[in-house]
Amino acid sequence: MRERQLRARDMLRGDLEGDELERYVEEKVVMTNFEKMLGWARSNSIFPLTFGLACCAIEAPISIVTARYDLARFGAEALRASPRQADMIILSGRVSIKMAPVVRRLYDQMLEPKWAVSMGACSSSGGMFSNYAVVQGADKFMPIDLHIPGCPPRPEAVLYGFTKLQRKIQGNPDQGWRARYAAEGTEEWARGGPRSAPSAEAAEAYLAARELIRA
Amino acid sequence: MPDAAGLELIRGEIEADHAGAVLDTGFEHGRASLAIAPEQALAVLTWLRNSPGHEYGFLSSLHAADYLPAEPRFAVHYELLNRDRVERIRVKALLADPGEDSLPEIDSCCELFPTAEFQEREVFDFFGIVFRGHPDLRRILLPEDYVGWPQRRDFPVGGEPVTFTYNEKNYG
Repeated sequence: MRERQLRARDMLRGDLEGDELERYVEEKVVMTNFEKMLGWARSNSIFPLTFGLACCAIEAPISIVTARYDLARFGAEALRASPRQADMIILSGRVSIKMAPVVRRLYDQMLEPKWAVSMGACSSSGGMFSNYAVVQGADKFMPIDLHIPGCPPRPEAVLYGFTKLQRKIQGNPDQGWRARYAAEGTEEWARGGPRSAPSAEAAEAYLAARELIRA
Repeated sequence: MPDAAGLELIRGEIEADHAGAVLDTGFEHGRASLAIAPEQALAVLTWLRNSPGHEYGFLSSLHAADYLPAEPRFAVHYELLNRDRVERIRVKALLADPGEDSLPEIDSCCELFPTAEFQEREVFDFFGIVFRGHPDLRRILLPEDYVGWPQRRDFPVGGEPVTFTYNEKNYG
């Protein structure tokens, strides 16, 4: 340790030269490109949404932030209570048909880039609830980035899924979900009222923003 | 809890005031029940609530059931409780299915038991039984624009078949 400190002092003084300087730089500097760095930063600073739907909520948002499993190890300990501040939503449990519009609204309120994790059998496929009240798979009404199987998945499985999501983010996929899932042009404007259609300026600004993302 | 003989006495007393109201009595698992004609439901409930010596003043539950192959098909169950003697009696109003396009109807007992308001809405929500005179009869648990009455026995179970090979092989 002391030796390294001394060498760093030498380097700052300008005393290191030639091979010594080369070695010092090779030890201290990691070469990468900006996108990788950004992906690394993004994947390690995810803010999950404080949000639970059913029994899986005991395993995911509650258990994995406790000291035993500790989501803070992966840089995601800051649970946000507002979708405006969150990056990731975990659908922890069955989504009933009455809850589905609410979940979709929460997802729409989150800012890009945003990630959705469907946790457990129920939100991925309806699970055991093959009935009139439960949506048979959450990806019927919103894009899901990651499915974690289990009924419920153990917290270890959730953490494993979370690291998979980090890998995905580091791979630098398209940051907007519509681009990521080829869903451009499926935007829905509220319909039915006199002010429901977007104004010409708003539509134009939206298209311009979309082009900007693509560029 | 009225015993089997007490139940027959109650039946006789109701018959004296409202002829033809009680269709049947039942006594199973220590629970007394009266099967009544739906037109007389409100009269019988009022009688059970107000008659001296009976005074079932508390409606502990109101729910419905669909006995599909049976006729009449629906029954609205009123679970009444006398809180002084801790005696319970079940009243079943038997309702026939009026056919595809119309819904079975029965008088609302909200005036008699205010607690029935939400429970009647729930019965309407899941069985499509209309309570005449209910102050605000609309869906309570399902989405407002839901179509169908999902707790009826002829309502399809729904969901989607999962295409595991096991299912394909055995259920094609």
